[in-house]
Amino acid sequence: MIYVNGDEQQDATTVAALLERLGFGERARGLAVALDGEVVPRSEWHSAQLAPGARVEVVGATQGG
Amino acid sequence: MQHKEAEIISPPGEGLTIGARTLRSRLILGSGGFTSLELLAGAVEASGTALVTVAMRRVEATARGSLIELLDGLGVGVLPNTAGCFTARDAVRTAQLAREALQTNWIKLEVIGDEQTLLPDAAELLVAAEQLVDDGFVVLPYTTDDPILARRLEDAGCAAVMPLGSPIGSGMGICNPYNIALICERAGVPVVLDAGVGTASDAALAMELGCAAVLCASAISRAEEPVAMARAIAAAVVAGHQARGAGRIPRRRFASASSPHEGMPDLG
Repeated sequence: MIYVNGDEQQDATTVAALLERLGFGERARGLAVALDGEVVPRSEWHSAQLAPGARVEVVGATQGG
Repeated sequence: MQHKEAEIISPPGEGLTIGARTLRSRLILGSGGFTSLELLAGAVEASGTALVTVAMRRVEATARGSLIELLDGLGVGVLPNTAGCFTARDAVRTAQLAREALQTNWIKLEVIGDEQTLLPDAAELLVAAEQLVDDGFVVLPYTTDDPILARRLEDAGCAAVMPLGSPIGSGMGICNPYNIALICERAGVPVVLDAGVGTASDAALAMELGCAAVLCASAISRAEEPVAMARAIAAAVVAGHQARGAGRIPRRRFASASSPHEGMPDLG
């Protein structure tokens, strides 16, 4: 089990695989990902491994400020 | 002194330069509080702004993109913020996420100290500013109206300083114009009045005090007629900037006649 934006999700191998499964699509513009509190650059989405218990945050721009 | 200051103010119509970028408008628009994207688009157009703030939040797979696409389509730049962060660490991480998501190294740095007042946490703010400057960001910090903190932020390498007029969303205007003027007089980077504007006259006053720009969200987005208020505040920013450049008369306690004393007829 891993956590995506606070919700439990089935394990995934990499950040890219997770985003694909959740329907974000790899090229999705305007997204950024943090893994266990650290930013994962887009160029590393394919290589970033997700261990069980990983906390993933997927963020984008919203109205504010 | 007053005259010399007036000479160095850029002429009306000239853009706002922050870091390496020159913006065509001295009004920065906050995108928060608009009840629809259509209303936001109307306010962007009516305000003539070149830069619009956004916040970074969790997104669902189904609900991404539309805000950024809208702003791209309107031809305005995006200024991400770190709203909602209470620590330097969270603010730095949020800025890094924003840079990754939006491909901009500009960040409106907010580190909030208290839910009720939303006032900046000065100590955390300075730490975050130093780290972000080191990491290559163009940092625009939302700060208190403390001239010493403004100087410390400038010394840390911030590209602008953005003191509050009064608390975020309060609409109380500029509570301490003396401090805002002091910050403007001593700053070597642009001063952007951020937070507190309630209506057009507050924005004009900010510019008359020497601010280089005004950042405005709630005063426009929560007005009864946001598009009309965007137009009014944009006009006030221009008017205030022009008045500053024109050099106002000094205040005095007693009247000073504008008609000549000489040549009065004897109507005995």
